[in-house]
Amino acid sequence: MSAGLQVRGLQKSFGGIIVADDINVDLAPGARVALIGPNGAGKTTFSSLITGKLTPNAGEITLDGQDIRPLGEADRVKAGIAKTFQITTLFRDLTVRDNLRLAAQERDGRARAWFKRADSWAEVEREIDAQLAAFRLEALGDKRVSDLAYGQQRLVEMAMTLMLKPRVLILDEPAAGVPSSDSHLITDAIERLPDDLAVLIIEHDMKLVFRVARSIIVLVNGRILTQGAPNEIAADERVRDLYLGARHHD
Amino acid sequence: MTRLMRIPFAVEALLIALLVIAFFAFPYNLAFVTRILIMVLFVLSIDLVLGFAGIATLGQAALYGTGAYAAGLFAVHVTAAPLPGLLIGMVAGAALAFLSGLVLLRTKGLTLIMLTIAVAQICQEVANKARDVTGGADGLRGIRMEPVLGLFEFDFIGITAYWYVAIVVFIVFLALKRLAAAPLGLSLRGIHESPERMLAIGAPVYRRQVLAYTLGGGIAGIAGALAAQVTQLVSLEVYSFTLSAEALIMLILGGTGRLWGAIVGVVLFMTVHHVAASADPYNWLFFIGFMVLGVVFFLPGGMIRLPQALLRLGRQR
Repeated sequence: MSAGLQVRGLQKSFGGIIVADDINVDLAPGARVALIGPNGAGKTTFSSLITGKLTPNAGEITLDGQDIRPLGEADRVKAGIAKTFQITTLFRDLTVRDNLRLAAQERDGRARAWFKRADSWAEVEREIDAQLAAFRLEALGDKRVSDLAYGQQRLVEMAMTLMLKPRVLILDEPAAGVPSSDSHLITDAIERLPDDLAVLIIEHDMKLVFRVARSIIVLVNGRILTQGAPNEIAADERVRDLYLGARHHD
Repeated sequence: MTRLMRIPFAVEALLIALLVIAFFAFPYNLAFVTRILIMVLFVLSIDLVLGFAGIATLGQAALYGTGAYAAGLFAVHVTAAPLPGLLIGMVAGAALAFLSGLVLLRTKGLTLIMLTIAVAQICQEVANKARDVTGGADGLRGIRMEPVLGLFEFDFIGITAYWYVAIVVFIVFLALKRLAAAPLGLSLRGIHESPERMLAIGAPVYRRQVLAYTLGGGIAGIAGALAAQVTQLVSLEVYSFTLSAEALIMLILGGTGRLWGAIVGVVLFMTVHHVAASADPYNWLFFIGFMVLGVVFFLPGGMIRLPQALLRLGRQR
């Protein structure tokens, strides 16, 4: 039994189309793994299989040695697997603090309390302060999410997800839609994530991937083409042809 | 309004003042004011379900009507003491909401709306067919209420009825106000805004929607029970589609998702109805229609937002 998330022989097909084919992935605590591959390679499908949105046809998924396949989406979050969405998904009409509060109260299992004010748990409020400070969002706590810039919303989503105290964090294209002038905010935030957290980054932005990932998995047609350290991947002819080809040939 | 909220017990004091003023201002219309209060309670139940949790419904009358029949039958066959009857009405409304909610809340959007209407229609048909129990189309008669707490007799002017209803509405309003600011209220708003995100922070969305629908059913049940006890009659009308639809219009007029919106909307709608219908009994709905259009186009947050909107307009000038 090993710590972290283990995926063994994961298989998924829609009708005759195989979208995940014998995928094996290990995410130990502290891992920074990037999942790259051309459009339609099955990256988001893979993430959905982990979070429980999709059910695999075969294969094993364990978290700290415990089989999580019987768990539904919400229960997998409780078990410690959290994600941010490809398109930022937040409570837009609520304040930044309320967004973080919602995550904390689900984590602590007191979301059905109806008599005390939601902001009256002093310890959680301090936690929110600390989390906002970690993402340099202190000044925006009482603003509505819909009033923030997209890059800031991205950070709020990461901050909110961290409030869940996950052990595995899946970032689905964290830099997508963020103007390049703000993308360093995202990279910085990813670099400052807790050391013991296992992070899986699904990303198109190669600059970001090579900066934050310590290991890269290349997915093509639902199958792992290769897997290794960033310099190995960058040197791999097949990957260059397939993925970086266009840029390297001209 | 927000500044007012910060003063301790400001809301409570304002509510009590309004209830006392209404009592002395309309001595000959107490029955009408009482009906308004019952309607406020009913609209509050829709606000909890639709305004907070975002569950689209056009069949809240099913829960109201069931509360009314339960309290009425309880008064006729078991005891005519008002408070136990109120409890029975609440439990009946909540029970039907829970059972129907288990099925209804598997759906959403238009399907959900149609199913909520269907539940109310089925209830109406059952009440119609079960003539021996409910009195069918003649209505359930023979409800004679005992004094409230054995002390306050229901009088023919409606003084006891008014205060009885007023106190119940007051208590439920305060409870809902606490709920709105508490974790549960926040989580219902979260479900309204993004069920997907709620699921992704580990919230059992479906179960929480069933909870909200059940709570709403309990409140609608109380409203129905009050109506049955105060008017001493339950007719098939309690299940009518018109009741659900009008209540929804009141909520939209006042403003969804905020408790004062329910009060403002009901008072406005019923007053306009009362005045306009006596001036022009055929075309009063025309006037209501205009108001709804005006609110939807110019005040999407409901009449509750009127002061803010006027302030903003004034500042622009």
